Amino acid sequence: MTTDATDTASRSDAATAQASAGNAPAADAQADRIRRAAELIAARGPSAPVLGRDPVNQAMVNTWTEAMGDANPVYTDASAAESSVHGGLVAPPAMAQVWTMRGLHGTRAEDDPLGAMMLALDEEGFTSVVATNSSQTYHRYLRPGEHVAASNRLESVVGPKQTALGEGWFVTTCTTWTVGEETVAEMTFRVLKFRPTSSRPSVREGARIIEAPEYADGVLRPVTSRDTAFFWAGTQVGELRIQRWGDTLRHPPGPVDPGGDLDAKPDYIVARGTGTVYSYVVHHHPKVPGKRLPFVVALVELDEGVRVLGELIDVDPDEVAIGLSVRAVFLRVDEDLTLPAWEVVR
Amino acid sequence: MSVAKTLSASDVEIGATLPPMTIKASPTFIISTALATRDFQDVHHDRDAAVARGSEDIFLNILTDNGLVQRFVTDWAGPEALVRSIDIKLGVPCYAYDTLTFTGTVTDRVTVDGEQRWVVEVVGTGNLGDHVRGTVHIALPEEAS
Repeated sequence: MTTDATDTASRSDAATAQASAGNAPAADAQADRIRRAAELIAARGPSAPVLGRDPVNQAMVNTWTEAMGDANPVYTDASAAESSVHGGLVAPPAMAQVWTMRGLHGTRAEDDPLGAMMLALDEEGFTSVVATNSSQTYHRYLRPGEHVAASNRLESVVGPKQTALGEGWFVTTCTTWTVGEETVAEMTFRVLKFRPTSSRPSVREGARIIEAPEYADGVLRPVTSRDTAFFWAGTQVGELRIQRWGDTLRHPPGPVDPGGDLDAKPDYIVARGTGTVYSYVVHHHPKVPGKRLPFVVALVELDEGVRVLGELIDVDPDEVAIGLSVRAVFLRVDEDLTLPAWEVVR
Repeated sequence: MSVAKTLSASDVEIGATLPPMTIKASPTFIISTALATRDFQDVHHDRDAAVARGSEDIFLNILTDNGLVQRFVTDWAGPEALVRSIDIKLGVPCYAYDTLTFTGTVTDRVTVDGEQRWVVEVVGTGNLGDHVRGTVHIALPEEAS
């Protein structure tokens, strides 16, 4: 194992030890998986050098200097560059990385350690990435026509860390840029691979959530109150939550104990989501925004005993009958609203 | 044609400050610099994607910070100043419609491989706070060019 890989292991060990106090075992297991992936990737060493899409060229330099607003003539004015310390046109040193960017349709080389580490973290739910550090050293200026290649190696993976963006891992890579055998520039680059804090809460296992943005236009939005907020928070994560007062289930949820106990406080259960059609209507008219006619609305008696209303989707109206077995699904209208609905158990 | 004057080593003192540089980070600026650096990550050109990934808006990419820090230093030092290294650390994001102000100070003079280099510390501050902090090493001609 290289010194770098050893360094990776010891640093991430320290980070994990730090983070594990009070963490659930699942989080520890995840951190272990990430650490192991990092060790394997770091142990592979540097990737084979990959040539940039194009050699250093004036068109890209012009586009870059115009976008940056950099008027330095040694990059763009041949005669000025001729009489300068460079004796001719050169590329801006800060473009070093640009020459080997993969571009819109580029794919990472199979042995690219950053790609492998990003994939490993994607799989663990750390799906967003933001660059945090770049330390570049330029051994000399590049000239038009030179073709630069890049080789990367994984230096370290440190985490999990709580950051302003969310929980994440810092991934540090080292890049060496070469022209032929000559090293022309080097970089240490660090990104934070994180799980965005604004991302949706995790969905209950087995729940079927259907993206239904077509409902957003004109849908009647429920008024959410302190009595019903738990219900709508539940649908967002694929849970059909039923209010409970002591042993009594109540739906729709209300503010007061059905038994009249004014001191009672409710909680809720998560229904299994299965039940039978107690009653239904087939809606033919009038038109309802966002819906194709006809559609079926069913009052379903859950296995837990309470009745809940919702659209019965993906069904031929002639197929619907009292007693039909159905289960809950969830129509995700947008960030704010997920509606409960039903589908036939087939 | 000759190039504009570059500061010589004798023109610079430790503690010297650089004239501030202001950058209006319009969506056009953020997108055109991202593309000029061949960075096609959606968070640098697609607001919906940026928001879905937890950002307020599209934001400046790090390759552009590198370019801006370089420009800030060479705008001051002159076209023949030789940039030897740029080390930057990002702080708060620079979202579309932000305005960045770069300030800088000469903090040291070091010798590397027999070459005298000036160390310039740079800070780029936006509406949300410090967006980028950096250290740039440059070599200057010994006498005025």
